[in-house]
Amino acid sequence: MVEHTVAATNAIVTLDVPIPQVIWGWMITLNMWAKSIGTGVILVGAYLLARYDDKVGDQVRLWMPIISFIFLNIFLLFTLLDLHQPFRMWHIFAYPHWTSAITVGAWMATVFTGIVFILCIIAIKKYVLKKECKLEKYYDPLLKIAVVLAIPVTLYTATIMGEATARELWQTPTELAQMLLAALLCGSAVFLLLGGKWSYEVKRDLAIILGSSAFLSFIIYMGEYYFGHMKSEEVAAILAYVKESGPYHVMFWAGQWLAFIIPMVLVYFSLKSRSSSLLYLASVSAIIGLYIAKHVWLIIPQLLPLS
Amino acid sequence: MKLGFLVDLNLCMGCKGCEVACKVENKVPLHSWRLRVKYVDVGVYPETRRTYTPLRCNHCEDAPCERICPVSALHYLENGIVNIDKERCIGCAGCMMACPYGAIYMDPETNTADKCTYCAHRVASEMMPACVVACPVEANIFGDLDDPTSHISRYIMEHQKNGGVKVRKPEKNTHPKHFYVGGGEVQLNPLAAKREEGYNLFNKITHLDHIGGH
Repeated sequence: MVEHTVAATNAIVTLDVPIPQVIWGWMITLNMWAKSIGTGVILVGAYLLARYDDKVGDQVRLWMPIISFIFLNIFLLFTLLDLHQPFRMWHIFAYPHWTSAITVGAWMATVFTGIVFILCIIAIKKYVLKKECKLEKYYDPLLKIAVVLAIPVTLYTATIMGEATARELWQTPTELAQMLLAALLCGSAVFLLLGGKWSYEVKRDLAIILGSSAFLSFIIYMGEYYFGHMKSEEVAAILAYVKESGPYHVMFWAGQWLAFIIPMVLVYFSLKSRSSSLLYLASVSAIIGLYIAKHVWLIIPQLLPLS
Repeated sequence: MKLGFLVDLNLCMGCKGCEVACKVENKVPLHSWRLRVKYVDVGVYPETRRTYTPLRCNHCEDAPCERICPVSALHYLENGIVNIDKERCIGCAGCMMACPYGAIYMDPETNTADKCTYCAHRVASEMMPACVVACPVEANIFGDLDDPTSHISRYIMEHQKNGGVKVRKPEKNTHPKHFYVGGGEVQLNPLAAKREEGYNLFNKITHLDHIGGH
C-alpha cells in the first residue's frame, strides 16, 4: 500500500462514524462446527455400514442418527438464535428467495433433519426399547437419501460464504473443499471416540479418513496463508490479521495444531504401532481444534473496513 | 427507468448537510447511518489536503445483498432502486456480510437490516432524495441513467472523456449505479487510507462492538 509509505500520498481517515466489525460471531462458528458433526457422522457412518456392517452394524445404526440429530439441532438452534428476528424464521419457508444459499440451505437442512429424526425413532425403538418398528424397512432407503442430502447440507455454508461478495478471503471452491473435509474429520473422530471395542481394521479406516482429511485441510489453509496475499490487496490485508504480528496469529496456529497437525502426527504413530489409544487424543484434538480454526477464518475478513 | 446517483467530489465541501438531512428524513437511529461523509487527510504537514467522500448504498445492478437475502426483503423496484422491506427481514445479516461497500446496517430499534433507498418514498412522489435537496453546492446529482438528456447522464458524458467518472470497487462486478467525479484512490478505496482507532479530528475513530440489538 504505497499510500502508507510515500509522504505525498500518505492518507489517514480523520473523521468518520463508527463502523461495524464482527457481524457473524461465535454462534455462526458453532453453527458450522455442529453441522460438520451432524453431517459427518452420516457420511462416515454410511461408509462403515457399507464396509463393516457385520462387525459394527448395530452400534452404527443406533448412534449415527442420534449423534447427528443432536448436533443438527445445535446447528439449527444457533442459526435461529443468531437471527435478529428469530420469530420470523418462517419467512424463509413462506417467502423463499432461491438465489440465496441461505434459503436453499435452510430447506435442505430441514428435510435432512426430518429424515435423521425418523432414523432416530427407528433406531431407538429397535435397539434401545427392543420393540418392533413398522418403519424399520425404511431405515436403509432413508439412510441413502440422508447420505445424498448430507453432502449439500454440509456444503451450503461455503456457498453462503461465496455469496458474501464483501469477504474476498472466502472463495467458493476452497470453502466447499474445507466444509466437506471438516465433515469427514468430525465424522471419523466421533466414531473413533465411540468405537472403543471395534476391531483394528475399522479403526484403521477411520484413522486414515481422519488423518487424510486433516492433511488436506491443512494444505488448503497453508496455501491460503502463504500464497493468499498474491491474489489481491484485500486478501493480503485480511491475512495480516493471522500473520506474525496479527491479533489472531496465536489463535490461528492453535487451531491448525489442534485440528490438523496433532491429529496427523497421532494418526501416523498409531498406524505405525497398530495402537488405537492415540486415536482418542487425535479425535478430541481434531474436534476442538476445528472450532478454533473455523472461528478464526470466520472472523478475520470481518475486521477489514469496507468503506 | 434506471435511477442513479453521482457525487462530484470536486464540489463537496464536507458540510455533512446530506448526512443530517438523511438522518432526519428517514428517522435513522443513533449509531446508524444510511449516508455518511468520510474525511481523509492526504499528505504530510505542511503539504496536506483534506478530502470528503459521501458514502451510501450503490444500488448495484447485480446487488450481492439482493442475491443473498433469503426472504427477498431486499428487492429491486422498477426504477432500479434496491429497496428493503423491513417487515419481511429476518435479521440474518447476510446482506451486511455481502455488501462490499458496508452500506447496510442493523437497525437497533427494529432489529432488521436497513440502508439508503435513494429516498424511494420521496421519489415515488416525484421529489428528489433529501440529501440532494440539502446539498448547498449541488454536488449530489440524481436522475434517470436511461434518459440520455437527464442531468446525470449529461454530467457523466461530460466527465467521462477524461476518465473522471468512477465507481467504488468495480472489480466486485456489482455494477454500481452510484458514480463519483473527482474521486481518487484514497477516497474510494478503504485500504488506501490508514484507519487508526482513537481520537482524531472531532471524534473517536472506532468500531461498533455489537450489531443491532443482539
